[in-house]
Amino acid sequence: MTKQVQKLDHVIIRFAGDSGDGMQLAGDRFTQETAVFGNDLSTMPNFPAEIRAPAGTLAGVSSFQLQFADHDILTPGDAPDVLIAMNPAALKANIKDLPRGRDLIVNTDEFTKRNLTKVGYEGSPLEDNSLEPYNVHAVPITSMTVKALEDYEITRKDAERAKNMFALGMLSWLYDRPAEGTLSFLKAKFATKPEIMAANVAAFRAGWNFGETTEAFSVRYEVKPAPLKPGTYRNISGNTALAYGLVAASQLAGLPLFLGSYPITPASDILHELAKHKRFGVRTFQAEDEISAVGAALGASFGGSLAVTSTSGPGMLLKAETVGLAVSVELPLIVCDIQRAGPSTGMPTKTEQGDLLAAMFGRNGESPVPVIAPASPADCFNAAIEAARIAVKYRTPVILLSDGSLANGSEPWRIPDTDSLPDLSREFAFAEPADPADFGAAGEFEPFRRDPVTLARPWAIPGTPGLEHRIGGIEKADITGTISYDPDNHDRMVRLRQAKIDGIAADLAPVEVDDPDGAARVLVLGWGSTFGSIGAAVRRARNAGHSVAQAHLRHLNPFPPNLADVLRRYDKVLVPEINLGQLALVLRGRFLVDVISYNQVRGLPFRAAELAGVIEDVIGHA
Amino acid sequence: MPETNGHGAPGPGKAGAGKAGAGNGDGHRLASLTLVPRAATRSAAKDFKSDQEVRWCPGCGDYAILAAFQAFLPELEVPRENIVVISGIGCSSRLPYYVNSYGMHSIHGRAPAIATGLATSRPDLSVWVITGDGDALSIGGNHLIHALRRNVNIKILLFNNRIYGLTKGQYSPTSERGKVTKSTPFGSLDHPFNPVSLALGADASFVARTIDSDRRHLTSVLRAAADHQGAAFIEIYQNCPIFNDDAFAPLKEADATAERLIKLEHGEPVRFGAGSKGLRFSRHGELEAVEVAAAEEGTLITHDAHRADPSYAFALSRLDAADFRHTPVGVFRKVEQPSYDQLMAEQIDAARSRSGPGDLAALLAGNDTWEVG
Repeated sequence: MTKQVQKLDHVIIRFAGDSGDGMQLAGDRFTQETAVFGNDLSTMPNFPAEIRAPAGTLAGVSSFQLQFADHDILTPGDAPDVLIAMNPAALKANIKDLPRGRDLIVNTDEFTKRNLTKVGYEGSPLEDNSLEPYNVHAVPITSMTVKALEDYEITRKDAERAKNMFALGMLSWLYDRPAEGTLSFLKAKFATKPEIMAANVAAFRAGWNFGETTEAFSVRYEVKPAPLKPGTYRNISGNTALAYGLVAASQLAGLPLFLGSYPITPASDILHELAKHKRFGVRTFQAEDEISAVGAALGASFGGSLAVTSTSGPGMLLKAETVGLAVSVELPLIVCDIQRAGPSTGMPTKTEQGDLLAAMFGRNGESPVPVIAPASPADCFNAAIEAARIAVKYRTPVILLSDGSLANGSEPWRIPDTDSLPDLSREFAFAEPADPADFGAAGEFEPFRRDPVTLARPWAIPGTPGLEHRIGGIEKADITGTISYDPDNHDRMVRLRQAKIDGIAADLAPVEVDDPDGAARVLVLGWGSTFGSIGAAVRRARNAGHSVAQAHLRHLNPFPPNLADVLRRYDKVLVPEINLGQLALVLRGRFLVDVISYNQVRGLPFRAAELAGVIEDVIGHA
Repeated sequence: MPETNGHGAPGPGKAGAGKAGAGNGDGHRLASLTLVPRAATRSAAKDFKSDQEVRWCPGCGDYAILAAFQAFLPELEVPRENIVVISGIGCSSRLPYYVNSYGMHSIHGRAPAIATGLATSRPDLSVWVITGDGDALSIGGNHLIHALRRNVNIKILLFNNRIYGLTKGQYSPTSERGKVTKSTPFGSLDHPFNPVSLALGADASFVARTIDSDRRHLTSVLRAAADHQGAAFIEIYQNCPIFNDDAFAPLKEADATAERLIKLEHGEPVRFGAGSKGLRFSRHGELEAVEVAAAEEGTLITHDAHRADPSYAFALSRLDAADFRHTPVGVFRKVEQPSYDQLMAEQIDAARSRSGPGDLAALLAGNDTWEVG
């Protein structure tokens, strides 16, 4: 039968099911198909910290939202256009986000009395008219999957498990996605289990064919490819991009990469990814704890590696003392904090920007550390290279603040030409072997004699003749580096360490302001993962006829050199953050600018529509 | 892009593989140094003295250990720049400042972790950890046991004075129960660790004990540790004259020495008490001291440090009662096990010989790309 084709400029789909239903996999595959098709896209996985919460409960609901469009988009979208609910729990947990009149695909097989009772439904919402506001497609996904796999030599349980592929096939038909990638993915994933592979492929095809033939779907949708900048693209998540950025930085600097890490959500994928890349000489060390992870990294840095540790908030605090040691001994170290909702264990799989002040100030004494933040999943690649550049050039720890939404979110990435990447080997040099005579009257190497421009001390690695020296956490005499408790020396060293970090500002690109008509009186200033939602909100406000400027900070310590000027150029500065106003506190303190703080801490990104309302309110009062 | 050497380890050109592993004149290269370059000329103890004034209390056992260590280092036949000494916090941890090599005086308890990163990324270095009973067994206990079980190629010297010195005299995790100190005016309540038992429990591949006052024995244990590929753990009984003076006096009295000290020699019958006493296993599996003359033939123990199972070495370590009635010193255990740094280098080499060195452009592209434009 021929179906009507409706053209759309964007669609937001949310797959929702039980943790064991394979929704993340279905979402990932749909994302890959969409990427290959050429849409712009943005994704938001949302899953519980529990690996297998009791089946069918609200606590066990896992979802994957993705927006794709024929134009460039910035966020995974506020509210879905299509919700796929694989069981009553998924329906109950997600239905409030689905606007009226939108599509709801329900796996009717799971709406049993037992499953309904588990989540507090007295009767089935499929039968009580409560879903009337939605365009409901009732599909017995589980039983159709099992039926389609009757001829395969697999257990009923394995057949049922393929229902995510049925759902994916159905959605792939509905949005005209290319299926080849998913089929070859299944072939590779189940290469050693041919029956399971064949069953999953068959389930996918059954879902596709069902979409084509059933009357449950009268319309097929078409979203044209987006006019992206020419180039070769791939889809990439934030943690993968960060790991690749570290490998690239290691190659660009000519330094072997060492990662010390302790498993923690949502940072572990960086360890997983880097552990694969031994061919690049990458050494990954899964430590006994967070402290050992950063300690080993600092030891490797002393030895001349590009040293990294990756963690999340709770781990950051455990590492704080060692980061302070790195500040004191002035060795390069990249500390990746994939922020999550806190305090304490908080919500491990949910996002937050709550660690900014801890990154800037969370150590004893005057202990300045450069802080940078990526703005999107793909941007984690560039941020990692920039963190490495600052670390090796200035011989300092650098904190990179990613977060859960960047780490697990993904977007198309125009793969950079490796020749276009910065040559980090020009940013530093190991101190050269020397003869004691080279050191004049002192006759000793001076490990704290600084470069006059960068104020960096020599990176004199063990194995270099003539540069034997001792470093440590005790205060050091300026230049010679020997132990010193001299009051004036301490005052000088504290100021020198601060001046070194402050001086990095001169080496940073000025912050760019997007103010297309030049008439804006309100600036929206953000940092980190809010780039997409702030950008989308600003677009909405502009489309509604408002003038508004947007700027986004990559560098949070030190700030880019022109930030003071930018802040003073606008009547009002709105600072949206997924915390209670941490950047705002620093801006007020440093620049005496009365910024307006807008905050949410829901473990989720901002919704663009909501934020647009906030922007319009501020403009209205400007 | 600049090149790194074969193992991806950085390092000045001269520390190349050409010299590494070369045998010395007598044909023996200490086992932990197979990848470390060999010195062109033999150095002397004075070459390892730094220009820093040593600031331990008069009479501190640390002086003797430092002197023995500096006098031993030339035996390594390693260029001074390839020796690194890493410490934590405490009196003993000041030692790196006094040794003219590369060194790091780090933070409390973390030296094994820092040394692990260094030794794992730089197989061309001889890495030594200096620590104390508080540093290694209290705040840093976790790092110690994990460094030992991983068998990282580091040599750990634990100065055990059974007291906190630098913080002025609180009891430590090796202090005997009932110890009266500033923090325990009514006596400490904690049961102490036996460091050798702890290291054996962590499956350390090399475990030894020695005493600050016996330079010859101390040096022989250092030599044995350097001749071990992997993690080596050495407990050194060290006197603190200020806060815990004479803690080990029973082992230092001239006539008591022969009676109490059991000097372990691999392959030799265990004898003490001027040769009159030996050790045998009791019915319950503990070791007990017996008169050689009265012992049944074949029941007395000959020391075997190479036993794969650590139970025998553990039984030896339990002889060290709080009153030092019988205190074994020497190498309790020395077994061949692959070291962590070696295994990691092998994984890298294997990955490269399987599929060649990494190609950044190919990595970034992955397998699922599409073209636009």
